Amino acid sequence: MGNTLFDKVWDSHLVRKVNDGPDVIFIDRHLVHEVTSPVAFLGLKNRGISVMFPEKTFAVADHNTPTINQHLPVTNIESANQLDTLERNTNEFGISHWGLGHAKNGVVHVVAPENGVIVPGATVVCGDSHTSTHGAFGAIAFGIGTSEVEMVLASQNIMQAKPKKMRINVNGELSNSVTPKDVALYIISQLSTSGATGYFVEYAGDVFEKMTMEGRMTVCNLSIEMGARGGMIAPDQATFDYVQGKEFAPKGKDWDKAMEYWKTLKTDDDAVFDKELTFSASDIDPMITYGTNPGMGIGLTKDVPNVEDTKEGKETFGKSLEYMDFKEGESMIGKTIDYVFLGSCTNGRIEDFRAFASIIKGKKKADNVTAWLVPGSHIVEAQIKEEGILEILTDAGFELRQPGCSACLAMNDDKIPAGKYSVSTSNRNFEGRQGPGSRTLLASPLVAAAAAVTGKVTDPREI
Amino acid sequence: MAYDKFEILKSSAYPLPIDNVDTDQLIPARFLKATERKGFGDNLFRDWRYNSDGSAKSDFVLNDNKYSGKILVGGKNFGSGSSREHAAWAIYDFGFRCVISSEFADIFKNNCLNIGVLPVQVSDEFAKKIFAAIESDPKAEIEVNLPDQKVIILATGESESFPINGYKKGNMLNGFDDIDYLNNMKEEIKAFAETRLF
Ligand code: SF4
Repeated sequence: MGNTLFDKVWDSHLVRKVNDGPDVIFIDRHLVHEVTSPVAFLGLKNRGISVMFPEKTFAVADHNTPTINQHLPVTNIESANQLDTLERNTNEFGISHWGLGHAKNGVVHVVAPENGVIVPGATVVCGDSHTSTHGAFGAIAFGIGTSEVEMVLASQNIMQAKPKKMRINVNGELSNSVTPKDVALYIISQLSTSGATGYFVEYAGDVFEKMTMEGRMTVCNLSIEMGARGGMIAPDQATFDYVQGKEFAPKGKDWDKAMEYWKTLKTDDDAVFDKELTFSASDIDPMITYGTNPGMGIGLTKDVPNVEDTKEGKETFGKSLEYMDFKEGESMIGKTIDYVFLGSCTNGRIEDFRAFASIIKGKKKADNVTAWLVPGSHIVEAQIKEEGILEILTDAGFELRQPGCSACLAMNDDKIPAGKYSVSTSNRNFEGRQGPGSRTLLASPLVAAAAAVTGKVTDPREI
Repeated sequence: MAYDKFEILKSSAYPLPIDNVDTDQLIPARFLKATERKGFGDNLFRDWRYNSDGSAKSDFVLNDNKYSGKILVGGKNFGSGSSREHAAWAIYDFGFRCVISSEFADIFKNNCLNIGVLPVQVSDEFAKKIFAAIESDPKAEIEVNLPDQKVIILATGESESFPINGYKKGNMLNGFDDIDYLNNMKEEIKAFAETRLF
């Protein structure tokens, strides 16, 4: 019996199998940020141990950073303390640190691939659940807790039971205005937020083969929202072209050797998955969420479902609609919104800004909308300027903010006020995720743009 | 981070029969700014527990004096969402040593195991029985027996086995963590690192 892509990468990192226990897995790349690392570094200090391979760890400040006036000192004392702590810890342990103001700063899952830190066949972890993003490169990438951050710093290894394997195939042609975000939200709506718990997912089929690396990152990013440990896509020419020449990617002979290996990274024809699902691209519409978990998504033009037609329990569903102040059977189209958030590690890349600009070009921001457009990194910010997108945004009455996680988790000042609705390109619509009492409608950059210029939920195909 | 050993816990429990309780509810992002592991228990379920003016919401289970104990019984898909270990810390700091649910989100479950909170996975039916037992007597005691891997409703004697691998079980029983284990593998790890291509 053949091996899956996941088996090949996992097994090649197996250092030891613990009897009646987890596998000890070697980690090639460890990403660190200011929120989940301080207690891990403290743990190392308390135990008197050093970082085993500091050159394999990359630290970025993003969760807590302001998205305006980044040249000024951070005013929130606790945030400033966390940022300082990251700087001190990384200096002390010899780890590279892309802090606030650094040319490579941005959201950790945007900057790591952009700089060639992520390569096919690698194992990547970070104290952040959306580490799954990097599966787009054919890497095994997943989020870990702070104890595990400490573990990886101390030993470059992690102890994990091998997950089960699921393959999700999507074949056919995507319709007009259906983006990678919609593909992911559609899959999650079909599986529910726990439908892939215990599994590692491989995405296969021509929809993903035709997708750009940015699109693949969006899809893999959202794997965690259906409960999966992570999701991955076999590397191909698009992957190699993206990685080649990036600062931290292998060069010269090392590149050739790596390429030889990377070309073997695909699931064998006779490999078997624990679960396999197949969807048709033509069934997917532009999506929007109406509830308080990412599984509560529907085609934009559909009505809020009745509880019987969902995978939610009655109490949970009722609580969710009450929080959103939506009713069963209501249309989502036409609902007035207050905020638009374009950004995050899900949709804060250059393609997302191109998509947003394609809709708002020549139009004006709706007066009732506050829009936060937050590039995923300084590199994305620079691209926005170079490509003339900034001009399009400015002409339409929008402003561009500075990179960071921003309203995705609202740890900085970018909080959606209680009771307000935000069409957001981020990844979570949990109660209070974007600020206490905030109400989030997850959607693609196209749907966000359509809402930004009309002030309500609008079909981008009608614009 | 070493923690207290876990063997047999007999305690009453708090019932929270809601599905998909996510880590943003367990501890909202604005309370993740500490650089030490202190004080998270106060903010466990912050926005479900307190009004925005800081007053307690009397109808939330943790504010209801009827209930007590070191066990939290949650709905399905407990702990979904972010990898923040702060969620598990908040549960521990509040005083819980065990969470029972019919399904846990993966990262949350690992986080619990790593800090000494025992995640006990039971069937949907058994979860319902526990909720029913607490409903008829808020002080109903549950026994969580790690050596035997059994959870028992003491009032009725009904019980169910729960899964945990031998290695993690040993860690919980002894208060060890993975770093203790990995520290003894340094040479093996160094040799492995030499073989990596990138
Ligand atoms: S953008 Fe959002 S999901 Fe991504 S790393 Fe930042 S907070 Fe997490």
